[in-house]
Amino acid sequence: MLKIFILKMLSIKDLYVSIDGMEILKGINLEVKPGEIHAIMGPNGSGKSTLANVLAGKEEYEVTHGEVTYMGKNLLEMAPEDRAKEGLFLSFQYPVEIPGVPMVNFLKTAVNEHRKYHNEKELTAGEFLKFMREKMDLVEMRSQLTNRSVNEGFSGGEKKKNEIFQMALLEPKLAILDETDSGLDIDALKTVAHGVNALRKPENATIVVTHYQRLLEYIVPDVVHVLYKGKIVKSAGKELALQLEEKGYDWIKQENEN
Amino acid sequence: MTDQDKILAEVTQNEYKYGFFSDIDTDIIDRGLNEEVVRTISKKKNEPDFMLEFRLGAFRKWQKMKMPNWAYLKVPPIDFQDISYYAAPKKKELKSMDEVDPELLDTFNKLGIPLEEQKHLAGVAVDAVLDSVSVKTTFKEVLAEQGIIFCSFSEALQEHPDLVRKYIGQAVPVADNFFAALNSAVFSDGSFCYIPKGVRCPMELSTYFRINAANTGQFERTLIVADDDSYVSYLEGCTAPMRDENQLHAAVVEIIALDRAEVKYSTVQNWYPGDKNGKGGIYNFVTKRGICRGVSSKISWTQVETGSAITWKYPSCILIGNNSVGEFNSVAVTNNHQQADTGSKMIHIGKNTKSTIVSKGISAGKSENSYRGLVKVLPGAINSRNFSQCDSLLLNDTCGAHTFPYIEVGNKSSIVEHEATTSKIGEDQIFYCNQRGIDTEKAIGMIVNGYAKEVLNKLPMEFAVEAQKLLQISLEGSVG
Ligand SMILES: Nc1ncnc2c1ncn2[C@@H]1O[C@H](COP(=O)(O)OP(=O)(O)OP(=O)(O)O)[C@@H](O)[C@H]1O
Ligand SMILES: [Mg+2]
Repeated sequence: MLKIFILKMLSIKDLYVSIDGMEILKGINLEVKPGEIHAIMGPNGSGKSTLANVLAGKEEYEVTHGEVTYMGKNLLEMAPEDRAKEGLFLSFQYPVEIPGVPMVNFLKTAVNEHRKYHNEKELTAGEFLKFMREKMDLVEMRSQLTNRSVNEGFSGGEKKKNEIFQMALLEPKLAILDETDSGLDIDALKTVAHGVNALRKPENATIVVTHYQRLLEYIVPDVVHVLYKGKIVKSAGKELALQLEEKGYDWIKQENEN
Repeated sequence: MTDQDKILAEVTQNEYKYGFFSDIDTDIIDRGLNEEVVRTISKKKNEPDFMLEFRLGAFRKWQKMKMPNWAYLKVPPIDFQDISYYAAPKKKELKSMDEVDPELLDTFNKLGIPLEEQKHLAGVAVDAVLDSVSVKTTFKEVLAEQGIIFCSFSEALQEHPDLVRKYIGQAVPVADNFFAALNSAVFSDGSFCYIPKGVRCPMELSTYFRINAANTGQFERTLIVADDDSYVSYLEGCTAPMRDENQLHAAVVEIIALDRAEVKYSTVQNWYPGDKNGKGGIYNFVTKRGICRGVSSKISWTQVETGSAITWKYPSCILIGNNSVGEFNSVAVTNNHQQADTGSKMIHIGKNTKSTIVSKGISAGKSENSYRGLVKVLPGAINSRNFSQCDSLLLNDTCGAHTFPYIEVGNKSSIVEHEATTSKIGEDQIFYCNQRGIDTEKAIGMIVNGYAKEVLNKLPMEFAVEAQKLLQISLEGSVG
């Protein structure tokens, strides 16, 4: 019997990234296997969002060194929309507003672009609405929001919920959640975490970027990494998150200054 | 052979028997413009005397006029003596779709235009013309029952000369401007529409249903008269590009709205814009004006301008009747080397008159896109209001957007508001779409349509859908 195991879903090797000539990531190494949850923590400005955006394919960031393999392919060579259709999803720290574009149209286009890519029949408006309603329940998304323009006038928390809602629709293999918890009230945090957990499958993986250990009580990580000044300076089990919450980052900073 | 082809073949043969082609072939006069040419045109069309006088009057004034140069446009010199003014502007007689430029077919397909209409638009033989004739006949019967007149301008001059005589030149006087004067002297054909008192036209009137709609050529003239308490929605335009060898297009549209009448005029203009390097394309110099003559009358212009190498066009409203309303909603897209100088004039004369201007410019490539508008409130137009909003969206750093608003308010009780914004398309918005699996071209289409939504919403449904696709197509290859 032949079984193909993808042992590594994502493999980042010695990744250096600059923006406008300023080096932000300085040799990142990270491996994520199917089924795993990785948490990335670290002080403001340490490069967490940069890493997330580079993986998603944002153009302004220049990869000066290193390689990234995703599902056996060279991720850095892929167009951002292809990365998305190959199952890489980024829940943005700051989701943008797109005035005049109704959420429903946007989502239908996105879902159908994914389906086309995988040679599946595109959903009709009716089929899509049905599919959308199921997923709305999952994150308790209000229908007033899906009738509005993309993120326009959404509250901070609503925007974050909307990201997870889109994740539910697109069913990614690798989800990167960039501070999805900030701005959420306690109930919303639980709902979002519940949504993320409900979408989990053994073949999928999640990278959670967060400042707070609270989220990690609901979405329990296998590994916690600390990103500091563009490098992963510490990786350990979930107890590291608790430690960080108690002690802050000073001890990590000190360890790395000497 | 498919049924469709059979029908087309039959039609072709039938028409041929009646010498349809030879008719067209002989109706070409030599290049150049003089009084004799004007007389010839009028004579060929067997026009009533007043029409000849109108044309001659226009021609004499035109001779003394100069081409306007105040617009933000670079217009290459046009030799007006090098144009044939009565060449039925049908150029190529294509025998089958195989002879049509594949790029053009590609665009048709993207727009989802049905095959028979594609043939019609591409000017393939006589093809579906008969089709639209039959459509037109049934259509005409329905309209006739209500007393609505909708026919070609030539036909109107034969059948309803008194109506034409009464209203022609009211909104656009012969010597209004250089191009209007030229049109008044040599216009070849166009549409005439009259809605009688108290009648709501039961369907959208569209130039598509007019015989020879695709071939009326460079100097069309449209006259729409809405009598008291009537309503009509009129759609103009070619929703697909026509490869027109004639470089100059100088049309005139006049609308007269009487007491409580309402006229909606929607245009989707997609003439050939020229190639990527700015070669070829239509010079579109159009005068469109409506008069709200009656009390509480309303005229609204909605335009989606994506075509033409040069666009010079200011659909305007003269608000004479008290409580009358004028509206102008525009989306103008320029890409590559296109230039557009477009906007509106709202002239408030009656009391309590209201006008709204919403202009959305979208520039890409190396194009120049200008909004030019005049809001003028006369001293007697007390309690009048205008609101203007002019937004420009830039897709890159090589294109230009400009606004030239002129405001003159002659009394203290009127309020005129003007808002303008210029923004660049957001990289972050595009990336957000990309991250959801939507490629950049589609993303731009979506963002631009969102930006233009307010105006697109004013278009009749079917038109709006086509306009949306058109916006996307005209911006293809504009980023990256
Ligand atoms: N587009 C950009 N232009 C200039 N500098 C940038 C840009 N994006 C990121 N940076 C800089 O790179 C560094 C890392 O930013 P990044 O957003 O990745 O941090 P972060 O770890 O996500 O921080 P936070 O916890 O505050 O979200 C910061 O110093 C930031 O100012
Ligand atoms: Mg961040």
